[in-house]
Amino acid sequence: MDIIVNGEPASVPDGTTVAELIERLALGGKRIALEINEDIVPRSQYGERRLMPGDRLEIVHAIGGG
Amino acid sequence: MTDNRDDLLTIAGKTYRSRLLVGTGKYKDFEETRLATEASGAEIVTVAIRRSNIGQNPGEPNLLDVLPPDRYTILPNTAGCYTAKDAVRTCRLARELLDGHKLVKLEVLGDEKTLYPDLPATLEAAETLVKEGFDVMVYTSDDPILAKRFEEMGCVAVMPLAAPIGSGLGIQNKYNILTIVENARVPILVDAGVGTASDAAIAMELGCDGVLMNTAIAGAKNPVLMASAMKKAVEAGREAFRAGRIPRKRYASASSPLDGTFF
Repeated sequence: MDIIVNGEPASVPDGTTVAELIERLALGGKRIALEINEDIVPRSQYGERRLMPGDRLEIVHAIGGG
Repeated sequence: MTDNRDDLLTIAGKTYRSRLLVGTGKYKDFEETRLATEASGAEIVTVAIRRSNIGQNPGEPNLLDVLPPDRYTILPNTAGCYTAKDAVRTCRLARELLDGHKLVKLEVLGDEKTLYPDLPATLEAAETLVKEGFDVMVYTSDDPILAKRFEEMGCVAVMPLAAPIGSGLGIQNKYNILTIVENARVPILVDAGVGTASDAAIAMELGCDGVLMNTAIAGAKNPVLMASAMKKAVEAGREAFRAGRIPRKRYASASSPLDGTFF
């Protein structure tokens, strides 16, 4: 199924969880925050939350800023 | 008496020894960020929230490894947000990113040329964030009425600009900053526009509770040395404020006694 990750189209198997996607993107163990369709997904729900076709994900981290 | 140990800055119930807050943008690398931040003595450091780079440099170090949250109070900002909605979204993401951390720096910008705050949008975002339990440090103009409004809304600190972000022009309206400070019951920090050490000292001499800066340090030829200069300027300005300066007079007043002259 097709989803959007940080503005870019991506394809993942049906039923993929957020935790699986994060591993696939090599972001496992990194300090990130994630929202799906503009709603925060708490880290504690990554394992159970399954992606749906058309989901728009934003994965963010802290960078230098003033 | 030069004991400063009891002169602490309190923001949202937490006390800090340093009154200099620094940004972490514009450095050439993380090592320079770390060295300048250490030299500044800052205990609160701002960070921005941005998209993670997908599939690039998996081993790349993270800013929060260089500035660990157990050592620094991380102040996520909403830099780059031009709407209340984006600013609120950014703060919610920051809270998740930092495990429930509530302290945020709110800025909602009005236009790219001035980076002046869009104040109606900032008020709207502040109201939402305060309701959601955030401790909001708000970037605003040097307008005393608005500063008071943000305080009344429940912002934990009000941060008027000295001059436009990154301009290095120094405090352009000292009397407004003074009025804001005199009327305030929450910490007032000058945020943005500082160019060099004397600008920071002036902010503190006016009675500000602290100064937040980024470009003045990161953009200096020697950022680590400038960070050290800013640390001293903020301390010197604070001590001068506490000491109480002499009044300005138009004419001279001799320093040496006139009694006992033999000529």
